[in-house]
Amino acid sequence: MAKPLDNRAWFLVLPVVALVAFSALIPVMTVVNYSVQDSFGNNEFFWNGTGWFKELLDPSTDLGGRFFDALWRTLLFSGLCLLIEVPLGIGVALTLPRRGWGVAASLVLLALPLLIPWNVVGTIWQVFARRDIGLLGAAVNGLGIEYNYAQTPLAAWVAVVAMDVWHWTSLVVLLCYAGLRAIPDAYYQAAKVDGASSWAVFRAIQLPKMQRVLTIAILLRFMDSFMIYTEPFVVTGGGPGNATTFLSIDLVKIALGQFDLGKAAAMSIVYNLIVLTVCWVFFATTTRSQSEAVQ
Amino acid sequence: MARIAFERLAHGYPGSSAYALKPMDMVWEDAGAYALLGPSGCGKTTLLNIVSGLLRPREGRVLFDGQDVTALSTERRNVAQVFQFPVVYDTMTVRENLTFPLRNRGVPAAAARARVEHVAGLLGLSAMLDRRARNLGADDKQKISLGRGLVRDDVAAILFDEPLTVIDPHLKWELRSRLKELHRQVPVTMIYVTHDQTEALTFADRVVVMSEGEVVQVGTPEALFDRPAHSFVGHFIGSPGMNFLPCAVEGDTAILPGGYRVGLPRPYGRLAGRVELGIRPEFAAIARDGLPVTVRRVEDLGRRRIARVELDGVPFAATLPEGMAVPAEPRLALDPRRLHVYADGRLAEGEG
Repeated sequence: MAKPLDNRAWFLVLPVVALVAFSALIPVMTVVNYSVQDSFGNNEFFWNGTGWFKELLDPSTDLGGRFFDALWRTLLFSGLCLLIEVPLGIGVALTLPRRGWGVAASLVLLALPLLIPWNVVGTIWQVFARRDIGLLGAAVNGLGIEYNYAQTPLAAWVAVVAMDVWHWTSLVVLLCYAGLRAIPDAYYQAAKVDGASSWAVFRAIQLPKMQRVLTIAILLRFMDSFMIYTEPFVVTGGGPGNATTFLSIDLVKIALGQFDLGKAAAMSIVYNLIVLTVCWVFFATTTRSQSEAVQ
Repeated sequence: MARIAFERLAHGYPGSSAYALKPMDMVWEDAGAYALLGPSGCGKTTLLNIVSGLLRPREGRVLFDGQDVTALSTERRNVAQVFQFPVVYDTMTVRENLTFPLRNRGVPAAAARARVEHVAGLLGLSAMLDRRARNLGADDKQKISLGRGLVRDDVAAILFDEPLTVIDPHLKWELRSRLKELHRQVPVTMIYVTHDQTEALTFADRVVVMSEGEVVQVGTPEALFDRPAHSFVGHFIGSPGMNFLPCAVEGDTAILPGGYRVGLPRPYGRLAGRVELGIRPEFAAIARDGLPVTVRRVEDLGRRRIARVELDGVPFAATLPEGMAVPAEPRLALDPRRLHVYADGRLAEGEG
């Protein structure tokens, strides 16, 4: 059977093409355009080729050093968030009630932090952790532990990581809980019959059955924490010094603080490529492990 | 291995005063093959879960070899259970699955290994011991579930909760005969819950027929067929089920609708309640002499033919003998030795 061929069909996809062009293609191309130029204000631009990229990827330069520092900081932040949020989320999901009124109550409570806008979360913690009027900050200081997130880098890190854990562990909990609820009762009964300890039940049943949702949870949490901006910006503004200046914060500093559009554009392209690469690696490994499982 | 006894056992689910399982006493002999047969919701799974300890009965006691286990947890009862949907531990190989119950109980690795290989041999799983369990078919997964019970040589009983529900029809037969074979090789008490009479009758030495939370009859497949203790058993076992005709009984004569009189094999005393005459279609044949009936239709079941007839307006199933065409004036001949009288659904014992 001959396929009907009519090039007028292209007109049907035009609206989508236009929409994508305005929402993604044109902005991205603008950034690409900036990344190969230098500007000194007055809307004057000069060709710079791959200069910014070379500088960015060479840690011995000013820009490169700054970029890699921010990159390691961001990776450390993401790593810490995952290390705390994933086990904590699994643990909380395991202790949630399986039936009764407690289910709805705990789900609503858990969903609350997820519903709060980022900058509000930042403001809450900015106040909450303050040593003079903040409940947490004052309490910690009251215990005799010197805590001031505006002065010591460690205290600032504790504040931003604690904030992220507070804000996003619920997401891991909810995903894990969904995974746990999907396990038929027969599995637990069989494990009882087999004399399995609760640790054996976790290893043999719960963890494998949560694998898919955990994959999604880890991917989401990595991406979100790797691109975090608003909350630390509100709490610490990247400080003290540059202690909590993550990639996104540094990017905004370069682009809007110093108005170095070329450097910022090059940096955002590299940043974007890192995110894409991680996504792709993650996606490829999980789909492969799943297709192996099906065979 | 154990002899399982129930003493005044009864159960009801929380929030309801009704019995899901009415009070009963029963003994299941050691190494017997029992089937719990009944329609959905008759309480057979409830009874099974009470045996395995997943459910604690509201009243009464469960004894294993004379020892009260009512309060014991599933782990400490030493029973194995095969569920309706195959349960395997996905991330493990077949071997790891079979070793799991032994490892949990601290059996030394060498002993466990030998035991697992022995059981895998019995079940025909030897060739796939090192494959991932999750990639196997439902029938192999059910064998693994069963194997996890068999590897424990101290197991008191193996319980099956409708284990063939999700198995393809052609594999059902194979698995069923393997189960029977296995029971001959491994003398362990096996209890098989099903709503399928073929499964129950082929598997079990003794069938426990349940209806609405009550055990209505316990007996060999032959006994259930020949002398159903309850009209429910008559209906439920056999295909088509037993015929029941409302009647009145005077001594050794039954008076059927339309005033027809039928001689009974034994005399009966006064019967209270609703009295019915029961006979299986296998023992009621279309003939040239007997009770006049109207033939509604004939079903050809391959090996035999069933005539759906009406006796004075009461529907009745009878056998149409081989080679016989439906006569112009069809009559019904009943085998007098196979007639049973039921009062309010229960088999009435004759006198003498």
